[in-house]
Amino acid sequence: VWLVTLEKKKVNVKPCVACQCVSFSLQIFINNEWHDAVNKKTFPTINPATGEVICHVAEGDKADVEKAVKAAKDAFKLGSPWRRMDASDRGLLLSRLADCIERDAAYLAELETLDNGKPYAVSYSVDVPMVVKCLRYYAGWADKWEGKTIPIDGDYFCYTRHEPIGVCGQIIPWNFPLLMQAWKLGPALATGNTVVMKVAEQTPLTALYVASLIKEVGFPAGVVNIVPGMGPSAGAAIASHMDVDKVAFTGSTEVGHLIMKASSTSNLKKVTLELGGKSPNIILSDADMEEAVEQSHFALFFNQGQCCCAGSRTYVQESIYDEFVERSVERAKKRIVGDPFNFNTEQGPQVDEEQFQKILGYISSGKREGAKLMCGGGPAADRGYFIQPTIFGDVKDDMTIAREEIFGPVMQILKFKSLDEVIERANDSKYGLAAAVFTKNIDKAHYISNGLRAGTVWINCYDVFGVQAPFGGYKASGIGRELGEYGLDNYTEVKTVTIKVPQKNS
Amino acid sequence: MTGRVNVFYVRVNVELTASRCFNTLSVTGSAICLLNIEITLALCVCCVPRERCIFLFFFIKLKKSIFWNLRRLFYGPLLLTHHQPVMFGKVFSTYNPATGEKICDVQEADKADVDKAVQAARSAFSLGSVWRKMDASERGRLLFKLADLVERDSAYLATLESLDTGKPFLSSFFVDLQGTIKTFRYFAGWADKIHGSTIPTDGEYFTLTRHEPIGVCGQIVPWNFPLVMTAWKLGPALSCGNTVVLKPAEQTPLTCLYIGALIKEAGFPPGVVNILPGYGPTAGAAIASHMGIDKVAFTGSTEVGKLIQEAAGKSNLKRVTLELGGKSPNIIFADADFELAVEQAHQGVFFNSGQCCTAGSRIFVEEPIYEEFVRRSVERARRRTVGNPFDPTTEQGPQVSAEQQSRVLELIQSGITEGAKLECGGKAPPSKGFFVEPTVFSDVQDHMRIAKEEIFGPVQQIMKFKTIEEVIERANNTEYGLAAAVFTTDLNKAMTVSAALQAGTVWINCYNALSCQCPFGGFKMSGNGRELGEIGLKEYTEVKTITMKMSGKKS
Repeated sequence: VWLVTLEKKKVNVKPCVACQCVSFSLQIFINNEWHDAVNKKTFPTINPATGEVICHVAEGDKADVEKAVKAAKDAFKLGSPWRRMDASDRGLLLSRLADCIERDAAYLAELETLDNGKPYAVSYSVDVPMVVKCLRYYAGWADKWEGKTIPIDGDYFCYTRHEPIGVCGQIIPWNFPLLMQAWKLGPALATGNTVVMKVAEQTPLTALYVASLIKEVGFPAGVVNIVPGMGPSAGAAIASHMDVDKVAFTGSTEVGHLIMKASSTSNLKKVTLELGGKSPNIILSDADMEEAVEQSHFALFFNQGQCCCAGSRTYVQESIYDEFVERSVERAKKRIVGDPFNFNTEQGPQVDEEQFQKILGYISSGKREGAKLMCGGGPAADRGYFIQPTIFGDVKDDMTIAREEIFGPVMQILKFKSLDEVIERANDSKYGLAAAVFTKNIDKAHYISNGLRAGTVWINCYDVFGVQAPFGGYKASGIGRELGEYGLDNYTEVKTVTIKVPQKNS
Repeated sequence: MTGRVNVFYVRVNVELTASRCFNTLSVTGSAICLLNIEITLALCVCCVPRERCIFLFFFIKLKKSIFWNLRRLFYGPLLLTHHQPVMFGKVFSTYNPATGEKICDVQEADKADVDKAVQAARSAFSLGSVWRKMDASERGRLLFKLADLVERDSAYLATLESLDTGKPFLSSFFVDLQGTIKTFRYFAGWADKIHGSTIPTDGEYFTLTRHEPIGVCGQIVPWNFPLVMTAWKLGPALSCGNTVVLKPAEQTPLTCLYIGALIKEAGFPPGVVNILPGYGPTAGAAIASHMGIDKVAFTGSTEVGKLIQEAAGKSNLKRVTLELGGKSPNIIFADADFELAVEQAHQGVFFNSGQCCTAGSRIFVEEPIYEEFVRRSVERARRRTVGNPFDPTTEQGPQVSAEQQSRVLELIQSGITEGAKLECGGKAPPSKGFFVEPTVFSDVQDHMRIAKEEIFGPVQQIMKFKTIEEVIERANNTEYGLAAAVFTTDLNKAMTVSAALQAGTVWINCYNALSCQCPFGGFKMSGNGRELGEIGLKEYTEVKTITMKMSGKKS
């Protein structure tokens, strides 16, 4: 295993260095083996900090998905090693996988930063530890996911079994490649499913490395299959496959619609979706100003703004509005944008050219529609996909930047007067993923948090993710919940077994 | 004890090769210490299937003087608490029940030591302490690490367990150690999954519950499964965030002390686990009646269970959970798989030299197959190999102590006197050590002492029954209610009997199928509360209801 010390990586990453570090297979992972794409195609993955190609990866298509599904289906057959395995041993395998990821944390963090552009300090201290915790958490669930015995009417004995659904298609995004992989694999494997996973074409590297660890710890062949590829080809093939029993997707609401449609026109596979958001972050006048400014900054700018739960509508109460805007701008101007391998860097590049252009487009629309550009507003470097931390003040609810998901370092600050008004406005969105409120008042905190239509509400904090706590969206932000005990529901079929008995007794 | 980790080096290499029909497992373990003692074990074992191990080939090489050497090793005072030195130099001896010889002396804790340990546990539990502030997932991590350490040292621990309890080494290695490791891992997983709830209370209120640790837990473990019982106690207590004052049995303190060293190595904060070897009437009583202990968990005899509950009542109403004795019925219907029933009924009572609280010690056999069942059971019992626990062919080692041995022999005598038919065994073999021959009684009547009292030895009672109603009635006619089993291929009989039996665990077509995911505990005088499973956590948590006034409630 190729490990780098932290010191080595203060310099700019050059493509040649990058190629050396990719010492594992870049092919499709099926049946614990590595395969070229059936049509032999490959695609390049880019270092977004430079725009240069890191390496080429096998590009899975329909035929490869076909192979992967067959492997997953075989691994799920009655009597297979995976089906006969003790639940506690499934847990042990997941736990060992977490151990391996922890062992190779520095390498994985580096690879993640190279491929995604997020600061290395974040990859290493946020992404990888959360991955490890997630896998360990679900490792523990494997033998604790209990059915019930049920006192039904009549002379019957009734119980439920929580059975795995079967072959699960999982399509993961590029903003947290490793973490989203863990969120998907953890509950699916803890409950005993088999998996066909498509990783985002922007960021396939870490997922493929994890594939090699899956083999190393000894998951039976075919339990996890990983197909790098494009959405319209490999992704669509998974969503519409007749032998895929469930599909879980994290990504845009637009593609979420397509996935659901594909399910309904194929085999009505179960669908869970984690989609976009336009999350309100409400700052009341009695909040701790210092804390609220810093948290609101973090809520939006974390991960270059590429978070589905980004606090991208910051509602500030009238009496503190001016001061809040001023201090937020001050904070944004201090934000360090640059080489993700530099330890001081707070913000790296956007993930690719397409995102970069899209965000610049939104910034122009903000200016055009009359929002007040307080800072930033353009590219931050002459190469790579860096964007300046940008803040708009005087944003109105009907502007494009207040309604659509920008997925970039662009903060919108809006003004409000009363509690009921802000709840109304905060809820006036097709999304409902997350929300936050900053206040010291116990009544206001509960009044607002109960009134918001969002899957997660943070009080006096933002982006607090515990693997123990469920996460998912109201409305068009998604279907189902990931993480926590609730996350297991999405990977379980409940079987009710009823037995006729001669005579029932309590 | 702390130094033991440094002087002992245990290496186990396990190679697992799966072939089509069976798994071949080869284990090489070596333990080397500063005294130049060398134990080399090489065993080749075939398992078909995994849960019913049939050992086809086994080879063990022990240096002739191993017992003597180990004894030398254990001479001299061992530290008794995890972190605290002892106050008095008093010691007691622990014996090898296979020879009756002393293994070593262990420091003997008394009331003053319990006071010290409780103080340590209290301060480890104080608000703001490292342990209280620790993430739940981190508690789980520590327990998981402990499991890994036990796994690393399993050859050594199994040796020690067999030396101190007399149980066959293979049994220690494959049953006790596995059970211990799995239990720690299981409860490691629970640590961050112990959920409170939010509750739709009436009125303008918001209500939520927190599942908080109880506090300082006194835990008193028995000698029949010293390691496994330690894990059953520590697992849930630590998973929920309690601190512990644990007393191992005076007959078998060694492995528990070694676990103390591993707890330190794993990195539990000081004072979270405190281990005090000592006697029941002194150290045990001090725990049960201590005003600074919030909960006591005891596994042992029903007689002592009553004392514990009384002490709790007289002192601070500490919470009490008890896992006590049993006289478990094992019901064999004529339609049962006969081979399976004979073998399982045999294992059900003879496993661990009969020293199981779950022992299936009242075997009710349906009339048509009674004679044949007795004949085959006797045949099986006669084949049971009794001897040196380190001999790989040994199925049964000695009883744990001379006291237990004479108690078992006395009950056997009562069986003969009261008119039961002694089919085989009944005596202590002439060799040294506390052995008792596998003994089978037939024509046992329900009123006989051997049918009512817990023998805790290798003595099988076989009774006859005619109807299902009759056997349910007779099976339930006992002060105990720990376990029960039924053997039948008829679904209706299985459902009817399993629902009707007053027992905390019912096995259908199997026996002693315990696992850490399944709750275990007694009806009636077999105990209070349950261990293992999710329900086991309940016994180590206080539920706090928090209700907040809230204006403008919404669904």
